[in-house]
Amino acid sequence: MSIWEYANPVKFMRSSGAVLPWVVAGAAACTVGGLIWGFLTPPDYKQGASVKIMFLHVPAAMMAINCWFMMLVASLIWIIRRHHVSALAAKAAAPIGAVMTLIALVTGAAWGQPTWGTWWEWDPRLTSFLVLFLFYLGYIALWEAVENPDSAADLTGVLCLVGSVFAVLSRYAVNFWNQGLHQGASLSVASGERMSAIYRYPLYLCMAGFFLMFLALLLIRTRTEIRIRRTAALQAREAR
Amino acid sequence: MIALLMRDLRLATRAGGGFGLGLAFFLIVCTLVPFGVGPQAEMLSRIAPGILWIGALLACLLSLDRLFALDFEDGSLDLLATAPLPLEGGVAVKAAAHWIATGLPLVVAAPLFGMLLHLPSQAVPYLLISLLIGTPALSMLGAFGAAITVGLRRGGLLLSLLVLPLYVPTLLFGAEAVRRGAAGMDAITPLVFQAAITLLTLALIPFAAAAALRINLR
Repeated sequence: MSIWEYANPVKFMRSSGAVLPWVVAGAAACTVGGLIWGFLTPPDYKQGASVKIMFLHVPAAMMAINCWFMMLVASLIWIIRRHHVSALAAKAAAPIGAVMTLIALVTGAAWGQPTWGTWWEWDPRLTSFLVLFLFYLGYIALWEAVENPDSAADLTGVLCLVGSVFAVLSRYAVNFWNQGLHQGASLSVASGERMSAIYRYPLYLCMAGFFLMFLALLLIRTRTEIRIRRTAALQAREAR
Repeated sequence: MIALLMRDLRLATRAGGGFGLGLAFFLIVCTLVPFGVGPQAEMLSRIAPGILWIGALLACLLSLDRLFALDFEDGSLDLLATAPLPLEGGVAVKAAAHWIATGLPLVVAAPLFGMLLHLPSQAVPYLLISLLIGTPALSMLGAFGAAITVGLRRGGLLLSLLVLPLYVPTLLFGAEAVRRGAAGMDAITPLVFQAAITLLTLALIPFAAAAALRINLR
């Protein structure tokens, strides 16, 4: 029993279909519960009610980065072991990641307006998220542009590898360029920095909810991609 | 490798090869900016480093889609792929030819265009050095983008979408070096970072670009 068994599309469809309702239910419960809990927290003494944007902003930003990381791993698996499910999962993940990045940017702008007095600031974190968004757009556009599915998977895989290097480079290069308004990490395991428990626990719940939501969307989208692939294969067989 | 380099250079300088087109584009960008932002000298001299770098970058981008496309169409790319020279080497040479044909003229002409934009004279050496260090990275990354989009119809727009985000670190450090030079500050640190990025692209991008070309030639 190895993890590579799930690279078999049939096996993947069966097992993902079995867990999907649970993941969807968990995602809905955690996200809705976490957001309601977050909404009921008392206003912050300095930021007022605007602190509640955090419960959308932080999980979305977290998933935006982790989604790219997942695409990187999936692309590597495709390039090294040539499992089609992996390539399709990377393809399915990209729009989710792009939307997460967009949510993080938009909620960040809405949060920045009352607290910093500006919608946008060329701050390192904000800027690198914008660059990340551009990388997502390029990746999605390349998938759309290449007709042969295997070539598309290969090319986007290579692009993802190179893009990862340059996304990280850009992230640290912008630090050098401008000092930011954005605060540093407020939740850090290593340095033991913590915000108040009233905010922390709903935030954890929202993070779990967003993670499960990402997982659910990813599974649904990957299953759709596999079905599209099957339909295409059937049509090709009919046409012959 | 030398033969390939000379061939590419000859093709670039021949009529219709687009040699000097990048330079003209660079000049147009530098001419249009004062119309856009107003002719005040102190403002122009403040934004000149950024404009010069962005102009160089766009001029570089302009000629990228020709890098592999013509060879792909007439089949010489297939010959290159089956030649005894590894495709990685071929890619590096073609990127080098692209740099000599577009990057190097930009470097040489940049101080002149800097004068148009009232770039402070103490910044000119930094502009020269940063462009000299940075433009090879632009050509290399551009070769990667061109290799990915070579088989596509309407690849040009996609090419810019893919390549421009990759240019972020180079542009950032390059313009920062010139800005610091203009302000009389120490500009060594951004230049060193920029050199590091260029060396990284020189070392890694030929492999990525050659892999992309092999996929497209399949």
